[in-house]
Amino acid sequence: MKLLFEKRKASSVPALILVPFVSFLVSLVLTALLLEIFGANPFKTFAAMAVGAFGSSHGFAETLVKAIPLMMTGLGVAIAFRLRFWNIGAEGQLTMGGVAAAGVALFMERFLPGRSLLVGALLGGLLAGALWAGVPALLKTSLKVDETLVTLMMNYIAILYSEFLYYGPWRDPKGYGFPGSRMFSADAWLPRIMGRAHIGIWIAVALAIILWIVLKRTRWGFELQVIGASQRAARYQGIAVERNIVLAVMLSGALCGLAGAFEVTGISHRLQQGLSIGYGYTAIIVAWMSQLNPLAVPFVAIALAALAVGGDQVQMVMGLPAAMGVVMQGLILFPMLAGSLFTEYRLSVVRPESKASCPDPVEE
Amino acid sequence: MDFLTSVLTITIRAGTSLTIATIGEILTERSGILNLGVEGIMLMGALSAFATVFYTHSIALGFLVAIGIGGLLALLHAFLTTTMRANQVVSGLSITLFGTGFSSFLGQRLGPASNNFRLVGLRAERIAPLAPDWAEKIPILGAFLNQDIMTYAVYLLIPIAWFFLYKTRPGLWLRSVGEDPQTADAMGIDVIKTRYFYTIIGGMLIALGGAHLSLSYTPGWSENITGGRGWIVIALVIFSMWNPARAVWGALLFGGINAVQFRLQASGTSIPASFLNMLPYAGTIIVLVVMTWWEALSKRVGAPAALGTSYMREDK
Repeated sequence: MKLLFEKRKASSVPALILVPFVSFLVSLVLTALLLEIFGANPFKTFAAMAVGAFGSSHGFAETLVKAIPLMMTGLGVAIAFRLRFWNIGAEGQLTMGGVAAAGVALFMERFLPGRSLLVGALLGGLLAGALWAGVPALLKTSLKVDETLVTLMMNYIAILYSEFLYYGPWRDPKGYGFPGSRMFSADAWLPRIMGRAHIGIWIAVALAIILWIVLKRTRWGFELQVIGASQRAARYQGIAVERNIVLAVMLSGALCGLAGAFEVTGISHRLQQGLSIGYGYTAIIVAWMSQLNPLAVPFVAIALAALAVGGDQVQMVMGLPAAMGVVMQGLILFPMLAGSLFTEYRLSVVRPESKASCPDPVEE
Repeated sequence: MDFLTSVLTITIRAGTSLTIATIGEILTERSGILNLGVEGIMLMGALSAFATVFYTHSIALGFLVAIGIGGLLALLHAFLTTTMRANQVVSGLSITLFGTGFSSFLGQRLGPASNNFRLVGLRAERIAPLAPDWAEKIPILGAFLNQDIMTYAVYLLIPIAWFFLYKTRPGLWLRSVGEDPQTADAMGIDVIKTRYFYTIIGGMLIALGGAHLSLSYTPGWSENITGGRGWIVIALVIFSMWNPARAVWGALLFGGINAVQFRLQASGTSIPASFLNMLPYAGTIIVLVVMTWWEALSKRVGAPAALGTSYMREDK
């Protein structure tokens, strides 16, 4: 008897839905083992995490605060990944978005009266993210330069540039050496709905729905799907592959840039240290767990945000490192990757007696 | 020590971890497996080596543990990408995400109670330079001699890896698996086994590169001690066109950028530190663009043809 993987004709829908859930459970079990090793009670720890993330209106608001940038960057990464463009530069695009939004909010007050300052700041962030992603996209389509490395290196450059600004020319002269710019005028603040959570959550959810419609129901979405499946096939159909990749990757960067603009106008109200805390990397987990489907992104983003907030809580209550949440996030991807085999392949059992009646060329 | 020799000394020291990890990644990629987990494996190597040396005071044991951890993480990558046929890019990224998070977690948990269970800020034995005092007084050559045992090992590793890859039968098998797994399979080479083996060997070397950081180059543990070196390694593999003999030039170039950065900072330049710190990353992008452009012009393809694709007999 022998086990064989047969390629399915179409992806299995139950597997598409089951795999993320099972992966989440597996990561819970692995984390529990880890907690046991380090002498912490897993059930108490998980309970503390859940209470921290959802148990109070403050906790839930903080979960949303972290979920908003994860939704935006998760959507951005998902679009790029659908094209097999491995954009791991969401972190840098988010940072540049925050920098540009802060630039508008700090220095354009005179030209943008009233609430138009906020709109200007958000547009600035969007544009900066798109341009920052446009560079690796152009390098990829014109010179075939590896995009994973360029997008990643540009993260470091963006973060160092933002550091230069808030330690240097943009530093608040009345800030007593605090690494940050002065506070924006209230016109540039994004309205809040609950605790620190702001209306960005509604914009993010709306964008997820719009993107799903664009990808599934429009001609452009269809073209992107063909490019993602096979660039050669797309060329035969007369689709402008290079132009579409650049446009889609710039859209990906725009979403990440907007995430950064939300962070500075909605949360910190200034450019300061801590704008870039790894959302752009967690976004990769969000996108992959969502199976690159925009509609799934908000749910996964909230789940991963809860792990992060719960991780902070565990640090305060049980003295465990906050990195616990990050470890759990990382552990989810492994079962997820292993499980995706079952969406594309079917496991079949080949019995020796079947060999005679139905010769299998693969049998050894 | 004259100026050139001292810059060269720092350059070689900085280039050691890069070279050893680059050779590891070259061996892995030659089998057709792209491992983007380098950054995570280097971090886990650096952490495990430092923690081991801190508690056991044995540098040899530190190396061994790092090699073991690196091998395990690479085994996970090999399992996901060959047996489970997962996407190689995403699998590698997960190794990096996990390694970054887990090393930071362990760094806050493995330390002694007296340091609040943290490893940050502690000291342990470090690898000392091997050469006698008079060696560093020799111009230029002194820079090569005044190094630790890992660097000496790298001097040996470069020609050995080159010879193995281009002049031996197993090296030929390895290259054929990365170029054309179907044909290699038909020739009787076990593609899956080969890919497992060289991914694991690669992971071990990558982790050793990380161990060199925490035991010699910047002794001690700090979160994200690699600072993107794992990603620079992946660029260096492209720069070296998958040839171990060329790995040394890229590593020296980036080691040199590091050395220049140090020198400028020490000399009190007016260029803000943030911009100086961008040099290695901007340098990587420029090198990558130039190399890709040059490869296209000269019609030379360095990358193994089957790099990044999973192999399955049934799929034919």
